[in-house]
Amino acid sequence: MLTLLFDGVAYGMLLFVLALGLAVTMGLMNFINLAHGAFAMAGGYLLIVLMQRAGWPFLLCLPAAFVVTAAAGALLEATLYRRMYAKPHLDQVLFSIGLTFMAVATVDYIMGSSPQVVELPEWLRQRFEIGSGSLKLGMGAYRLFIIATCVALALGLQGVLTHTRFGSRLRAAVDDPRVATGLGIPVKQIFLLTFAVGSGLAGLGGAMGADILGMDPTFPLKYMVYFLIVCAVGGTHSITGPLLAALVLGVADVMGKYYIPKLGGFVVYVLMIAILLWRPQGLFTREARR
Amino acid sequence: MNAERQGTTARLLAPSRWRAWEFAVWLLIWAAPLALPQHAALINEIAIFALFAMSLDLVLGYAGIVSLGQAAFFGAGAYAAGLLAKQGIGDPLMGLAISTLLGALLGALTSPMIVRGTDLTRLMVTMGVALVLYELANKYSEITGGADGLQGIVMGPLLGQFEFDLGARVASFYSLAVLFIAFLLLRRFVHSQLGISLQALRDNRLRTTAIGLSVNGRLALVYTLGAALAGAAGALAAQTTGFASLDGLEFHRSADVMLALVIGGAGWLWGGLVGAIAFKVLHDLISAFTPQYWTFWIGLFLVVLMLVGRERLLRPRQWLKRGRP
Repeated sequence: MLTLLFDGVAYGMLLFVLALGLAVTMGLMNFINLAHGAFAMAGGYLLIVLMQRAGWPFLLCLPAAFVVTAAAGALLEATLYRRMYAKPHLDQVLFSIGLTFMAVATVDYIMGSSPQVVELPEWLRQRFEIGSGSLKLGMGAYRLFIIATCVALALGLQGVLTHTRFGSRLRAAVDDPRVATGLGIPVKQIFLLTFAVGSGLAGLGGAMGADILGMDPTFPLKYMVYFLIVCAVGGTHSITGPLLAALVLGVADVMGKYYIPKLGGFVVYVLMIAILLWRPQGLFTREARR
Repeated sequence: MNAERQGTTARLLAPSRWRAWEFAVWLLIWAAPLALPQHAALINEIAIFALFAMSLDLVLGYAGIVSLGQAAFFGAGAYAAGLLAKQGIGDPLMGLAISTLLGALLGALTSPMIVRGTDLTRLMVTMGVALVLYELANKYSEITGGADGLQGIVMGPLLGQFEFDLGARVASFYSLAVLFIAFLLLRRFVHSQLGISLQALRDNRLRTTAIGLSVNGRLALVYTLGAALAGAAGALAAQTTGFASLDGLEFHRSADVMLALVIGGAGWLWGGLVGAIAFKVLHDLISAFTPQYWTFWIGLFLVVLMLVGRERLLRPRQWLKRGRP
């Protein structure tokens, strides 16, 4: 029971890091980016290629995945995404679905369509157990590592957003881009940088989760729904909203799949619809707090 | 002032008149299965896809509801028609009617979910409904056949006279007839006062409320209608191919139909038809030289189309105009 809870939390943390970039683009630029999963996939495949073929150590691959996907994100933002900001939502959805299709086919072409296997280093394959009986808690070192990293990331990002000059500029740009521009804040560069960091985080999440989530070319389509659920349920105005939503989703998904395996994602989808009916703007939005 | 008002009335009423080219195109469509009997199966497929696209056009193009879950109704219609046939009710029209009603019922049940919230919420909820149905169909595999699908659907003769043949000639006429009737009905509908008020609602919801029209009721109504049509399309697919499977409920089906509609142009009735033909032709052309990676090219096509702007690409006259999109 506790082990399940623990796995759910690890899974939720992973989802949080993966979806955070999407929450930022959606809240910030009002852009529905369905291609977000493609960045995560890029990170995951990068980790696999670097580790398995080039023999890099695991810990070095993670920052590499972050940097490369962030660079790719920046490039795409400057060339393509920027032109789509002002378009209607439908256009954005179709545009990013198109990008996703391209990414899926490209990865299929280069890496083949079979799922990839990640060989974790020895120290991540250990397992700790605490307690006994029904309260027994089994923790894999790998999941422990994921939770620790994600908590550190969440705290770090929250700190950057609330306590630095960049953070306050970003929040100003979110609230009203026009006034922010008028105040001399370089909104374009801030958007570019934020988009890059968001993509980088997706890449990092994909790399970390390659083992748990499984990597194959349909990854962006398979997990797109989950990312969107996190954003839709958690709202896109804060970090804590998506974090809580991701945790709820992770635990619900792991538990649902354990107790009623044949139903698959059923529990999660019903939960999402119910939450959205109750709070169409998301659970933790500013509007709801008023 | 008065002249201006007359101009407006004329402009609103003008599209409801049948044009010469519309008669011509329908004649061509009806002639297609006669002229190309060897391609009857493809024509049947296109007709069903066009009907499905038209159902989305009603929801997305006329009422502005961004739906990524239209496959829910398609799949439900297909399963209903397939199951009825397996239970021994082999009359195609009966199955079609029941599937259409089921689609409408599902649409009516889920419509309270789409009247609230933002585009994103609607996107998620419609997609969620399709996913929930998918998981249910997967779970109750003893009814739906699970991943293998419903096999061995045997249909009775159409109108008690025409047996479905292997060459799909009867099937193609059947689907074309349903498509044609749906087209006529929708044509009446979208040019009625109700239809025009829907477009007003799509363009500016706040003002529509301000002139005293019930927004939520209209959204629910049009969503139900769209769902009924999608259910009919699903029933046609199951009846003419003798097969219904999980594939009918999958996400890519919702995405494909939206893609087809966007190619054909949302917001006019021919959009679904043109889009369905263009999509199938494009699909066949691309997969002829790269069968496995055709999604790459369709993705590239979408990206370019969106960057250029879909309105401008589809209405070449507007390439010359500036300012007014």
